[in-house]
Amino acid sequence: MAETSGDRGFRDGAVAVVPMAVAVFGFGLSYGVLARAAGMGGVAPVVMSVTTFAGSAQFAAASVLQAGGAAATATLSALMLNARYLPIGVTVAPWLEGGFWSRLLHAHLTVDESWVIAAEGSGRWNPRVLLAAGMGIWIAWVLGTLGGVLFGNAIGDPARLGLDAAFPALFLALLVPQLRSRERVTEVAGVRIGAPPPAIAALLGAAIALALTPFTPSGVPIVAAGAACLIGLRRHR
Amino acid sequence: MSAVWIVVIVSGGGTLALKATGPVLLGGKPLPERFTGVVGLLGPALLAALVAIGTFADGQRLVLDGRVLGVGAAAVAIRFRAPVLLVVIIAAAVTATARALAE
Repeated sequence: MAETSGDRGFRDGAVAVVPMAVAVFGFGLSYGVLARAAGMGGVAPVVMSVTTFAGSAQFAAASVLQAGGAAATATLSALMLNARYLPIGVTVAPWLEGGFWSRLLHAHLTVDESWVIAAEGSGRWNPRVLLAAGMGIWIAWVLGTLGGVLFGNAIGDPARLGLDAAFPALFLALLVPQLRSRERVTEVAGVRIGAPPPAIAALLGAAIALALTPFTPSGVPIVAAGAACLIGLRRHR
Repeated sequence: MSAVWIVVIVSGGGTLALKATGPVLLGGKPLPERFTGVVGLLGPALLAALVAIGTFADGQRLVLDGRVLGVGAAAVAIRFRAPVLLVVIIAAAVTATARALAE
């Protein structure tokens, strides 16, 4: 499978992940602070970062608990935010080698950032890059959480530092290189549009997410936005 | 067991189940050709949704606040090929500045 999954190796993934790992460490710090302030204690947030390992879902669960919500509500909102990992897992699945435990490890280390770094384009993913990048993000997230839990009082309110805007900025930086395509024209329901398919999918995904936000629980708009990829169903021929 | 630990354990197990369903059940088998075009577009669609939600959503409300300026500045930085880390720092700094000025 080496010739189909690209020439990049573990080291390339480890190098590419560094700037994102630094940003994730910052999010981990703010998560540790918020989770502790939400009454989750010191140990549970760190265990959650080790096991759940998904930033937006963990922030959502902490905010529900802080607002006095039930355990079921907090869990459901976390799982809905993570529902996108079902289709994301399907995209990397064909490129994973090895047995059950190896695949489980790759699956656990698949997060937005490692998934994007490991993308080789045209629906292909590099498992070695995925492993390296995922490990880098995981270490940064867990250490950041630990730091936030231990030294939270010295850091202060993450919103004052603008850390909440760093998230969409990071995703925008990841999105832009994906908008290029060899195809210049997209055909949707028989209509030809003079823009590449990834750009149309992105616009459609953002529009779906914003349109649903006022009407559905958090997480649902992001999953529904994934449906925008269906414009690729039969764009060749 | 406390509510917090129930959240931690069920979220962790559920998330791993979501992530591992594809890799464990489909691992190593190629997707049918007609789906590869779809899968390649999942990244742009989901990332754009994450950008839009992260910029404009406050819970279930859509708002315009300091994040719009921060992400706008980040877009300019990306246009000039700034490294990712710098993009993120610019977004946070502009947003924090806008909030400080608004008070």
